Amino acid sequence: MATDTEDKGGLVFHPLDQFIVKPLFGDGAVGMFTITNVTLWLAIAVVCTIALFVMGTSRRSIVPGRVQSIAESIYGFIYKMVEDVCGKDGIKYFPYIMTLFIFILFANYLALIPMSYSPTSMIAVTAVLGFGVFIVVTILGFVLNGASFLGMFWMKDAPAILRPIIAVIEVISYFVRPVSHSIRLAGNVMAGHAVIKVFAGFAALTLVSPVAILGITAIYGLEVLVAGIQAYVFTILTCVYLKDALHPHH
Amino acid sequence: MATETHDATAGACVDAGGSAIGMPQLCADWIPNQVFWLVVALVVIFFVLSRIALPRIGAVLAERAGTITNDLAAAEELKDRAADAEAAYDKALADARAQANEIVAKTKADIQAELDVELQKADAEIAARTAESEKAIAEIRENALQSVTEVAKETAGEIVKAMGGKADAKAINAAVAARIGGTS
Repeated sequence: MATDTEDKGGLVFHPLDQFIVKPLFGDGAVGMFTITNVTLWLAIAVVCTIALFVMGTSRRSIVPGRVQSIAESIYGFIYKMVEDVCGKDGIKYFPYIMTLFIFILFANYLALIPMSYSPTSMIAVTAVLGFGVFIVVTILGFVLNGASFLGMFWMKDAPAILRPIIAVIEVISYFVRPVSHSIRLAGNVMAGHAVIKVFAGFAALTLVSPVAILGITAIYGLEVLVAGIQAYVFTILTCVYLKDALHPHH
Repeated sequence: MATETHDATAGACVDAGGSAIGMPQLCADWIPNQVFWLVVALVVIFFVLSRIALPRIGAVLAERAGTITNDLAAAEELKDRAADAEAAYDKALADARAQANEIVAKTKADIQAELDVELQKADAEIAARTAESEKAIAEIRENALQSVTEVAKETAGEIVKAMGGKADAKAINAAVAARIGGTS
């Protein structure tokens, strides 16, 4: 991705530099607890969450104001998603799924602010989310269903000869879930931001700069969609995995 | 970002010019930092949501649903009451109309009865007066007939006397009576 093509005339591409983790204070190495740009933008996401869901709803009005109705419609949207996909007994996991959705949503949209940092473009971040969901759902499946959770891999309505083969495929696909789950989100966000940077690099050339700027605008519009859609996709897949743990026998 | 000059001390993933070496996503040095702060952020968001925001929004939504249900029920009740009131009004109107018709009919009957009595009375009076008048006319006629008879007798007597005959009162009376056709 880091292509330094056409290095003539000062045209330089560093589309991945935007993902560098930097300490906010001083120039030291990045340790585990160092306050970095990642910390800053995660903190802004937390502040936005509090602003929308705590300050926005502080009046508890029966007839909601603007901010409160946004918070309420997000609440209703996720609540309905959990209820539809997981069923009534999935409702008690609603706060966890809401946390995931809100975090990804804010991280994605805050990343669209120029000069911001996008935590969800980092594999480390999305892998924690994806594998976290995977591990929790797997443990939950065994705790709720015991060994019969493994029945999920054993297709009873398939021909007897095919069952072992299908079981192997099912197991593999089950373990690929967290990988695809996390890479889907990180890949989408990272690719969009990198493409915008590449177009921005081209904008330095006077001849193509109008096209480049148009390209930035178009990709930016696409990214606005992607940011919301990826948050939605991550959340609904979490619901689907959760449903497998709650009702493994379809 | 790219123009910033960085020390090489920033890490193994950044070159002397401050640009990334390879994908920053895969830089192992930065992973613990991201994971740590991500977990902090998620825990904070989770507690904010599950302790404060979600119960509050849930309560507001429930309260709103309750209010709407109550309002709908109240509206339904009011509607029923309005329908009742309308029915009562209609009934009252119908009653009033029926009563009015009754009064009209009764009054008409009363007037008719009174009229009949009056008419009867008037007829009777007219009959009485007619009878009286007839009687008077009959009397007048009687008198006139009497006068005519008397005049005729006297005239007949005088004529007979003037012609030199002897007036026989009895014969003259009989002759006059025969002529007039009266009974006297």
